[in-house]
Order: sequence, then C-alpha cells, then structure tokens
Amino acid sequence: MKAIEAKIVVLGSQGVGKTSIVAKYISNIYSKEIGPTIGASFFTCKINLNNVKVKMQLWDTAGQERFKAMAPMYYRNANAALLVFDVTNHTSFDEVKGWVLELQKNVQESMFLLLVGNKIDLEERRAVSHEEAVMYAQSIGAQFIETSVVRDQGIEQVFISIGLGLINLSSESKCSSMRRYESKDSLLSSTHSSMTNLSGIQYYDGVHMAIDISQSVEANGVGRVEIGGAWEREAYAHGYPQKTGWCC
Amino acid sequence: MSDISNFSDDDDSRQEDCALVDALSELNFEENNIENIRKRKNSDNQEQSETNSDPCSSNSLNFVDEEYDYLHDSEWINQKCQVFILSTAGKPIYTLHGDEDKLNPLFGLLQALVSVVSVSSNGNPDEDDDCIRSITAKNTKFVFLIKNPLILVGVNKSKRSEQQILNQLMDVYNQIIFIVTLKHMKNVYEKRNNYDLRKLVAGSERWIDHLLKDEKQTRISNNSFVSLMHSVRILPMEATTRDNITKTIQTNCSKIKNLVFAVLIANNKLITLVRMKNYCMHTDDLRLIFNVVECSESFKTAENWLPLCLPKFDPNGALYCHISYLSDDCEACLLLMTVDQESFSVLSNAKKNITEKLRRSNYMEAINEGIKDKGINLKTIGVPDIRHFLYKNKKNTQLLCSEITTPYNTLEQFERIEAMYYDLHNRIHRVSRPLKLIYEMHEHEIQLAWVTANYELYATFEPLVEKKSIIIAQVNKLLKYIKKEEDKIFMTGTHIF
Repeated sequence: MKAIEAKIVVLGSQGVGKTSIVAKYISNIYSKEIGPTIGASFFTCKINLNNVKVKMQLWDTAGQERFKAMAPMYYRNANAALLVFDVTNHTSFDEVKGWVLELQKNVQESMFLLLVGNKIDLEERRAVSHEEAVMYAQSIGAQFIETSVVRDQGIEQVFISIGLGLINLSSESKCSSMRRYESKDSLLSSTHSSMTNLSGIQYYDGVHMAIDISQSVEANGVGRVEIGGAWEREAYAHGYPQKTGWCC
Repeated sequence: MSDISNFSDDDDSRQEDCALVDALSELNFEENNIENIRKRKNSDNQEQSETNSDPCSSNSLNFVDEEYDYLHDSEWINQKCQVFILSTAGKPIYTLHGDEDKLNPLFGLLQALVSVVSVSSNGNPDEDDDCIRSITAKNTKFVFLIKNPLILVGVNKSKRSEQQILNQLMDVYNQIIFIVTLKHMKNVYEKRNNYDLRKLVAGSERWIDHLLKDEKQTRISNNSFVSLMHSVRILPMEATTRDNITKTIQTNCSKIKNLVFAVLIANNKLITLVRMKNYCMHTDDLRLIFNVVECSESFKTAENWLPLCLPKFDPNGALYCHISYLSDDCEACLLLMTVDQESFSVLSNAKKNITEKLRRSNYMEAINEGIKDKGINLKTIGVPDIRHFLYKNKKNTQLLCSEITTPYNTLEQFERIEAMYYDLHNRIHRVSRPLKLIYEMHEHEIQLAWVTANYELYATFEPLVEKKSIIIAQVNKLLKYIKKEEDKIFMTGTHIF
C-alpha cells in the first residue's frame, strides 16, 4: 500500500478554534475549558484514502502575538496549511490573509492550502459571508470549508480534503519534502478511530469530486468542500514545479 | 522547651483609618497634587511626569460619572487580596479581580502614587531607595514592587507581612518574565513606552491567576504552602525506584546535545530532575513550572513545544521546552528543556523511549502510587496530637506536609490555619528580631515553630494537650520518622546528564 507522510501546519488568529478543530477530530472531544495553546502542540494521525495511507504530522500553533516569531519553524517544510478564521470575526479573516502573504513569501515549495471558516453555529453573528470567503479561497488557489466544532460539522471533511490534497500533491511530485514509501500495513489494520467514519468516503475518487455530504451536515453548502482552483495543475496555491537539485 | 509568647508590635502601622475605597475617592485630590508638583517642577523630569499623569487626568472624568459604581462594587472591594500590574506609563496590564479597563482610574491613581514619591525624592525611578514601598492603613496593606518598566501592587487585608506580599509580587513578576522574557519586554518598552503588555501576555493571564491561588475548589491543598516556604514538594517513592527513573532519563538523554534540564513532575510534586553540568534549576523557577503545568490542561492531549524563560536561570533568554504527559494512564509530566530550537523530533523520540522503558519496568505504577499520596498520615506514624505540620528541609529547599484532615478540610478553616502559618512564619523570620522557637496556645489549637540550621518545622497540635512533655515527645517522634524515611520523602543528591 502506498503511503505518504506529510507535515501540516494550522495557522490563524487567537481564539478562532484551531485547537478545538484538531482536538475534535483526533480525540472527538470539545471542551470550552481547553484554554489557549502555548507555543505549539504536535499531533499525528493517519487516514487511508484512495488506497493511500496518509500520515499527518500536525502542528497546532498558538494564535497569540508573542508566538508569531515562532511560526516559521512550523510552516517551513510544511506540505499543507490549514488557515482557520472565525466567521463571526472579520479581523480574524483579515489576519488569515496576512498568513497567506507570509507563506507565499517564505515557502518555496508547493503547499496545499485549506481555508476553514469556523464557528458557523453562531450564524446570527456571522461577519464573514460565505461568498467573500469562497472568492478569497479561489483567488489564492485554496479550498474552503466551513465548520462548527460544537455541532460537529465539516470537521471530518477538513481532514479528508487535506489528505486528498496531499495525495494529489505527492502524485504530481511537486513536493520534495514529503516522504513517500510503501506501507506494509493493510487497510484493515489501521488503528485510527475515525477509520470507520471514513469507510463511506474512501472509495471515492477524491481528486475531481467534492466530498460527499454525510447525514450530519445540512445541505446548504455548509461544511462541504468548495472547489477552488486547487486541483488544476497551474492553480496550486503557490510554489513552483520542483527544481532538480533543490534542497530544503 | 519554654513558653515564648510573642506579641506582634504593629503599633506603628496604626495610621490613619483609610481603606481602599477612601483612597479611591481621593483620586481628584491626588491628581491636583500631581498638577502642583508639575507646576513647581521645571527640571528635566518634566517630560516624564507629563506623560505619566496624562492617563490619570483623562480618565478621572469617566471615573466620577460612569465608573464610580464599579470601583465601589462591593464584591470587588471586599476581596481579601488584590494584585494590580501596570506599566510605569500607567497602562493597566493585569488585575486579579475585576476588569482592567473598568478600573482604569485606579491604575492612574497607583501610578500617581508611585511617581509622586519617586519624583519628590530625587527623580530617579530606578533608584530603589526612592520608591514607595508600602502603605499601611489599619488592616489593609498596599505593597509596591517597582521593576521598570512594570509596577506591581499587592493589596492585602489578611495578616500577611509586607515581605510576604512582596514575595508574592516577585513571583508574579517572575511569571511575567517567564512568559515574555525580560529582554523582550525591555525592548518593547524602549520602542514605545505606552505599549500595552496585555498583547504579549494574552492567553497566559490564568497562569498569574493560578499563581495567586484564586480558585476556590483547589484551594485546600498543601500546595498553598510552597510559596510561603520557598520550596518544592517531592513525590514520595522508594529511593531505588527514583534512582532508576532518573537513570532511565539519563541514558535516553545523555547523547542529546544542548539539553539543559529534564524534569519529571506529577501532582505538583517533583519526581526527578536531571541537569546539564554546571547549571542549576532554582526553586523559584521550578515553582513557576509547576504552576504552568498545573493550569494547562491542553498539555495532556498532545506533545507541546514552546519557548519558556526561567527568570532565575536567565531572564533574558528562553529555553525551548518539550512538554508532554507520559501516557493517559500515568499523569506525570515530562519537560525537556533545550537551547536548540530544532531539536523537537529528537526530544520527541527520547520521550517515547523513556515512556516505553518506564512502562516495561513498571515504574508507571510506582509513580501512580505516589500521585495518590495526600501527605504524611499522622495517625499511622503515632503522633495523634499533631493535627498538621510543615517541614522544610533547608539544605535542598524541599517541603514535607502532612495530610490535611479535620478540622482544616473546610475552606474557612483552611484559610484560617493558612493565615496562622503565614503569621508564624513572619514572626519567626522577622528581620529586626529573628527567633528560633515559638510556642503558642491559641483558642483552637497549639502552634509550634522551630527553626534550626537544617530544617524548619511548623506544627499545629490539638488544643487540649496540657503537658509540654507530650508535645516534645511527639515532635521528637515525628522528627525521627522524617529522618528514617528521608530517602523516600525527599530527593537527595543531584543528577547530571
């Protein structure tokens, strides 16, 4: 079985729910008491998609200003970035734009970008419209998903689309820092708990198709993948085809 | 053993009867004073005093109209302990109770008090001798700690001494340095002296809250005494087990370059500490680490990688710290501190190996056993007349406490006995007249404090023990027990990589 190992960084302002999204997916917990992340937390998780085993090394960073200087340490060599903003807070959306600029400036390699608008359960306080976010995602070649940790909407999709994005990235060999190897584990022996949830989805050919909407998600575009231009070859977020002899 | 009755001589502290509220209502008066001083002064300090008094005067208007009620809010005003942090420019940074922004006029007042005293002396705020140190108003003490660019003010209505409040403020100050490093803070303030430090401290305020023991539910704990005694508590376990755990850490970390400290802690107690040759971990730094680990639930779920500054080790630089719990079934937290910010994966591997080795050798169970320990059980060692004690091993600044049992296991009673210990500690260590022994009979208990070259003992007895010989016998028995179990309840020796 083919396997890839990739580094993913989660970026965004303070209090937008970065840790909540990750914790919800990895350990299926949601707690209001979780407290702000200090520095960064490191998680690993595995997903099997399209017969490829994707091993993710997730860096959940802190949104506080004083940790901003540390960010390059985490996004350097990252293969994907999860850019999280709070749909009720327009400033956090603007700050995501700052992160994108910083990534474009400092990261040479291709990177899969996923824009996540969190807290859609607070619809009445929404400050960033769906259209605005989709437009922006398209302009930077990112995918866009809206999520709610409280209602468990879109969380699964976030990680599936990262996985598919990474597979796609690796199949086009644009990314020298991503590790590719043959895994001896069979699909069934995967220990990850979310495997069962994934079973309905993993047979899709994810590359040109939006992720299926599971029952828990309302059919209003919420929590589903918006296809930006991310899948076309020219439309990667940024970065250039791999140069020979390039070293990171 | 003789009776030493000890009366506090607080006569000089009985000054005019003014509480915090009264001090507040003097705001306008104070402000006029500043104005006068400003008019009178035409020295080179004028520029500074101008910037200093600006926030004060602009806010005093709001103060009278809208904020008046909040400042007199009875819940806020009746707190026994208040801590305020502001910048020397008068910007609010932190308040233990209430909301900094609503208390803005108060911060103006505090800043005014500090600047009036330092300006009217010789105008050099850096000079320690010319700073306001404290104000005593009946039972309320206002203690100032001026550490440019910060001013920390502690207000306390309990019996704590000025020095004890100052120590508390020092801890808070160190916690801030722990978060932002002194160098960074100075840089920021050099660039902009009206900088809002809350931006940098954001997300870590609860570390300060926790340090000041604000939470009621965890209040009844021997942990409250570590700051009083300036020491750390040790997780009890067999000496050989502890040695083997230490060796496990040593063997897995000895090849890692630039690793400065490895600390294993559980339940606010130290299990072991391994350090780089020639570098020491100060007790104060260790207490800050305990504090941070204790109130960061998120450390439990993942590996964490963060820069931390140990103020006693080096206030100007940060160590990168790999923090993680050993496993779900063993709530011991391992901290690996390095100066190399690239070594996360190396440390992560080392941690994995340590965990595996500890699990294979069944040391996890030994640690779990230690976590359950609530302190020395006095009944089982045969000293039933001692209700509670604190024993500080002076040589290695380690603290041993007995289990908190009736009658001190209610919040009210615990706070009472805690205040008594504070008072006792203060009197035996009074600078003007240090004592060796205090023996007192109170209404509800008998208390003994004894300071020797090697240890300090503070013990509380049943009130009805009449014969002093019984007390002496029981104290001796307790000391004998501590001596016998020393290897288990204290950590002796130091370990290097």
